[in-house]
Amino acid sequence: MAAIPEASVQAWAAAGPPVIHASGVNLVFETADGPVHALKDVDLTVGRGDFVSFIGPSGCGKTTFLRCVAALETPTAGRLNVNGMTPEAARQARAYGYVFQAAGLYPWRTIARNVALPLEIMGYPAAERAERVRRVLDLVELGGFANKFPWQLSGGMQQRASIARALAFDADILLMDEPFGALDEIVRDRLNEELHKLWQRTGKTILFVTHAIPEAVYLSTRIVVMSPRPGRITDVIDSPLPRERPLEIRDSPEFIAIAHRVREGLRAGYVE
Amino acid sequence: MPRAARGCRMRSVLPVLTVLAAILAVWYAATIPMNARLVDGQAARAGVTLTFSERAARSMSLTRPVLPAPHQVAQALWQGIAAEPVSSKRSLVYHAIVTVEATFAGFVLGALVGIALALGIVYVRVLDLTVMPWAVISQTIPIVALAPMIVLLANATGIGDRLGVENRLVSKTLIAAYLSFFPVLVGMVKGLRAPDAMQLDLLRTWNASGWQSFAKLRLPASVPYLFASLKVAIAAALVGAIVGELPTGAVDGLGARMLVASQFGQPLLMWAALFAAAGVAGVLILAVGGLQRAVDRAMGVRG
Repeated sequence: MAAIPEASVQAWAAAGPPVIHASGVNLVFETADGPVHALKDVDLTVGRGDFVSFIGPSGCGKTTFLRCVAALETPTAGRLNVNGMTPEAARQARAYGYVFQAAGLYPWRTIARNVALPLEIMGYPAAERAERVRRVLDLVELGGFANKFPWQLSGGMQQRASIARALAFDADILLMDEPFGALDEIVRDRLNEELHKLWQRTGKTILFVTHAIPEAVYLSTRIVVMSPRPGRITDVIDSPLPRERPLEIRDSPEFIAIAHRVREGLRAGYVE
Repeated sequence: MPRAARGCRMRSVLPVLTVLAAILAVWYAATIPMNARLVDGQAARAGVTLTFSERAARSMSLTRPVLPAPHQVAQALWQGIAAEPVSSKRSLVYHAIVTVEATFAGFVLGALVGIALALGIVYVRVLDLTVMPWAVISQTIPIVALAPMIVLLANATGIGDRLGVENRLVSKTLIAAYLSFFPVLVGMVKGLRAPDAMQLDLLRTWNASGWQSFAKLRLPASVPYLFASLKVAIAAALVGAIVGELPTGAVDGLGARMLVASQFGQPLLMWAALFAAAGVAGVLILAVGGLQRAVDRAMGVRG
């Protein structure tokens, strides 16, 4: 795989140095059944404001790569930089917000206090906490639910609250690990549309892990196709779709062409 | 809503009452064969032959029955609670207060020790590997065997004198704590470990300190487990306090009351003290349950 796609090189000129730069990243887990090659020779560069989706079957290393960026796993070989720092330094600098597949809200805290949790941990003063919580809850359209407890909200609303929680502090990177994987199709469509708008409004750099081809194509400026055993990148697709994307764009020929290429890439990965 | 709540309460009360009625019926029936020898002996001495209903009536009104009838126990219980001033040594309320004192002190001490040990097990690897087996072994030693030794040691060291309380209260407290720390330990270890890997990862992404993960996640997550074990612990502490009253030559407390009544052949008093103890246990568990509901409400528990 070519290390740096042309489009990204041009983007740097405008947007400065890359947010995430990986070269030759390898991760081998030692297990009881012998070593497992979770990531093999991953080269990837993500520019500021990119929306990059990682798609591939289970065991392809897409979540593992995201966890490496978050310094929740450490690569066994290769170089990985986040905001020009090591992932560990970036984690300590609170450079990213992480959204898991489960919302993981604390049942004993109201929605507002759940969103305020990272702010409490980071030592924001109370007045600023309240202000930020109000702003991000409005951003995910949960303004009226600040004082509800998590069990009073639907699954989709809980996941929106967990996105608000990741947005509450000033991290300019958002790492999302199958955030809509447990939701039904209709809720997922709506949240995709909202996430797309949110990305446009905030200009965050988003890394997004998913199983779903339409979701990846709809949301991304770039799609990284991965395949398992060993986990590696098999294709990187720069999306020609415009930044403005109504849901109907999914019926356009361009959309279908990209989805086709992703599907072919996934199939090729399976045959090997 | 109120009607639904009332319906709900009726549904839970009805089965309890049914079981209670069945127990009372069996109990009344059992007094006849259990007291048969006493009743027959009296009848033989008096030279009379008894009909079934006469036998039944006499079985349920003996002054020193083998098995007293429920209404006799209720009467003795009522007399012990209401007919005597609280300061009297014949008042069950007086003895209950003595026992509850030790129960409460032992419960608090046991809960604190249990929580402290659980923190040690969760946060210190060496303790994780060493404490639990010993805690389990401690509970396999019969408390009835251990209690006299604790009483002896407490008296010999005179801790109570130095603390300004009775030595007997110290030994009862220790025995109650010995029984009640264990459920708290087990519950708190489980509770502090309840947060899953994802929750801990999430705190890591915010670069939270160890203290913050404890205060914001592990501690609140352990609260439901804590209350479940506190209910067991308070009942265990009561048993401990009563057992602590048996071998000490104590004259105060429900345990002493039971022992004295059985030695002096006053089964009615013994049964009354037994039921007083059961009532105290019920009240204590309800109190912990009430505290739990208040905390639950503050923590937004559903329902």
